[in-house]
Amino acid sequence: MADGVRPMLMRLRRNGVHVGVFLLGAWAWAGGLLPGLLEQWDDIAFLGWQHVELVALSGGAAILVGVPLGILFTRPRFRRAGDIALQVLNVGATIPTLAVLALSMGLLGIGNGSAIFALFVASLLPIVANTMAGLRAVPPPLLEAARGMGLSTRHTLFQVELPNSLFVIYTGIRTALAINVGTVPLAFLIGGGGLGELIFTGIALNELGIMLAGAIPTALLAVLVDFIMAQLQFWTIPRGVNPLR
Amino acid sequence: MIRLHQVSKTFPGSTVPAVDRVSLEVPAGEICVLLGPSGCGKTTTMKMVNRLIEPSSGDILIDGRSTSDCDVTQLRRSIGYVIQQIGLFPNKTVEDNICIVPDILGWDRRKSRERAAELLDMVALEPGAFLHRYPRELSGGQQQRIGVLRAIAADPPVLLMDEPFGAIDPINRVIIQDEFLKMQAQIRKTILFVSHDIDEAVKMADRIAIFRDGRLVQYDTPDNILAHPASSFVSDFVGGDRTLKRLQLLTVRDAMLADPPRVRAADSLKQAVATMEEHGHQTIVLVGPRGRARGYVPLQAARGAAGTVGENHEALPTTIRPNEDLRTAVSTMFRHDVSWLACVDEDGMYLGYVTLRGITRLLSETYRDG
Ligand SMILES: Nc1ncnc2c1ncn2[C@@H]1O[C@H](COP(=O)(O)OP(=O)(O)O)[C@@H](O)[C@H]1O
Ligand SMILES: [Mg+2]
Repeated sequence: MADGVRPMLMRLRRNGVHVGVFLLGAWAWAGGLLPGLLEQWDDIAFLGWQHVELVALSGGAAILVGVPLGILFTRPRFRRAGDIALQVLNVGATIPTLAVLALSMGLLGIGNGSAIFALFVASLLPIVANTMAGLRAVPPPLLEAARGMGLSTRHTLFQVELPNSLFVIYTGIRTALAINVGTVPLAFLIGGGGLGELIFTGIALNELGIMLAGAIPTALLAVLVDFIMAQLQFWTIPRGVNPLR
Repeated sequence: MIRLHQVSKTFPGSTVPAVDRVSLEVPAGEICVLLGPSGCGKTTTMKMVNRLIEPSSGDILIDGRSTSDCDVTQLRRSIGYVIQQIGLFPNKTVEDNICIVPDILGWDRRKSRERAAELLDMVALEPGAFLHRYPRELSGGQQQRIGVLRAIAADPPVLLMDEPFGAIDPINRVIIQDEFLKMQAQIRKTILFVSHDIDEAVKMADRIAIFRDGRLVQYDTPDNILAHPASSFVSDFVGGDRTLKRLQLLTVRDAMLADPPRVRAADSLKQAVATMEEHGHQTIVLVGPRGRARGYVPLQAARGAAGTVGENHEALPTTIRPNEDLRTAVSTMFRHDVSWLACVDEDGMYLGYVTLRGITRLLSETYRDG
C-alpha cells in the first residue's frame, strides 16, 4: 500500500507547488506587480549584477583569507595566538552586521570599498572559527598515526587534517555566505549599491513594486547560494567523513 | 635487529625518569613483548624507537645504525607503527589507508594497489569487497587488521605495536592473535609489542621484557619468565597460575615417551603381560599391521587371561598429536577421565604416549634447573 501512496502524495505535492506558483503569478499579474517588475528589468539586471559582485568579492576574499588563517591559528607554533583569536572571534560574532557596516564606513568612508570590506569582515568570523573548530576536533590518534608513519606536516595537513574537518569548514562557509547574502541589501546604506537600492527606494517611495523588484531577486539569490553550498558539501566531501551520505 | 643501550627518558617537569637505563636487544625476526603494569614506561620506550619521543640519554640502534643519525621522517617510514586506537584515516578507503606509506614513498600506483589486495588476502578479507570501503563501514576487528596491514604495506623490517589488540573483544582477540602469528611466520619482522596482558605476552613473545617503574626487571623467553621469575614483583605479575600458563608453551612432543613397546593383534595376552611387566607399564597400545594405533590392553585385565590381544583389547578413548600444547593434552585427559594419552601423527600412526605424571615431572625438572 505504502508503495502506491507515497509517489501519489509526492505527485500531488509537486502539482500543488506548480499550482501555487501559477496562482501567485496570476495574482501578481492581475495586481499589476509583474508588469511593474518587468518595467524595472534593466535596473534589476544592473543592480542584481552589482549585488552578486558584492557577494562574490567579499565572500570569496573571506574564504581565501579565513581558511588559511584558521589553519595557521591551529598550528602548534601559534596555539596561544589561536586561543586569543578564538575569543576575539566569539566577541566579534555578537556585533550586529549593521554595526559592522557603520564602523566600516567610519573607517573607509562611503562607497563600494567600505561595503565590501564590511561584508568581508562579517563573513570572515564564522569561517575562521569553524576552520579552527574543525581542525581542533580531528581525533588525536589520527595525528599520532600520521606522525608515527612518517607523514610530513604538509602531508598530514592535506591528507588527514583538512579532509577530516572539511565538513565543519564547509558549514562555516555556508553560515558566512548566508550572513553575507542577508547583509548585502544593507550595503546600499553605505553607498555599496546592489539590490538594496531598489528595496530602500521602494520603501521610501512607498512603492511596493519597486521594493519587491529588489526583495524577490535578493531572496532567490539567498536560496540559490545555499543550494549551491549544500551541493558542494554533499559531493566534494569524501564519503567516509560525510555525514550526509 | 633492534638494540637499546642504556636508554632513559625524563619528561620535562618531572624528577623521576619515565624510562630508566633500559638495555635490551631484539634479534631480527623475533617478537619482543614489553610487559608491565600501566604507567611503567612501555609506551615511552617504544616511542623512543621511532623518535615520537626523543630519549634523554642512551642510544637506540636498528640494524646497527643509531636512530639519532637518521632523518626522522625517513626513519619513521621504515618502521611500521600500530596503535591501540588504530587511527585509520576515515576520509580514505581501505585501499588508500593501506597504501599511505607506499604513496608518500612514491611507489608505482599499480604496484602498491596490487600489494594492498595481496595483503587483504593474507588476513582473509576479500579484496573485491573491502578495498573500496571506508573505515566506518568495517567492524572493530576488521579495522585493526587493516591497521596492521597499513603498518607492513611498505615492507618495513621493524614493527612497533602498542597494545594493538587491546580494544578487541576477547573472542576476536584470540583469532587476530593467531592470524597475526601465522602472518609473522611468513613476514619475519622484528617486532616490539606492548602489552599489559601476561597471557597475550606468553602467546605472542619470543622474548618478554618486564618493566617496573621505568626499569627493565627481567628479559627472557616466556618459559623462563614463567619458570624462573627473577623477583617477587615478576612472579606476582605473571600470576599464581604461572605453571598452568607454561603448559601452553610446551608441546606434547616435549613430554612424550617416544617409541614405546607395543603389541599386535596376533600377540597373546600372555606376551602382552610379559612386555608390560618388563617395562613396568600399566597399559600397552595395540597397533595395526602398518603401525596405526588401534586400541590398548590394561595390565589388570590381561593378567591371567587367555587369548590374543586382537580379541581382548579396549578402544582408545581419544588420541593426541605431538604438536598440540600440553594445556590441550591435560584438558583432554581431564575430559576423558584418563591419566595418559596415545600420541599419533596425522595418519594415525602410533608415536608414543604422554602421562599426567610425565607432564608434572617435566615441569618440575625445569624448576630444579634454576
Ligand atoms: N608526554 C608525556 N609527558 C609527561 N609525562 C609522560 C608523557 N608520556 C608519559 N608520561 C609519563 O611517563 C610514565 C610512563 O608512561 P607510559 O610509557 O605511557 O606507560 P605505559 O605505556 O607503560 O602505560 C607515566 O608516569 C606517564 O605519566
Ligand atoms: Mg601505554
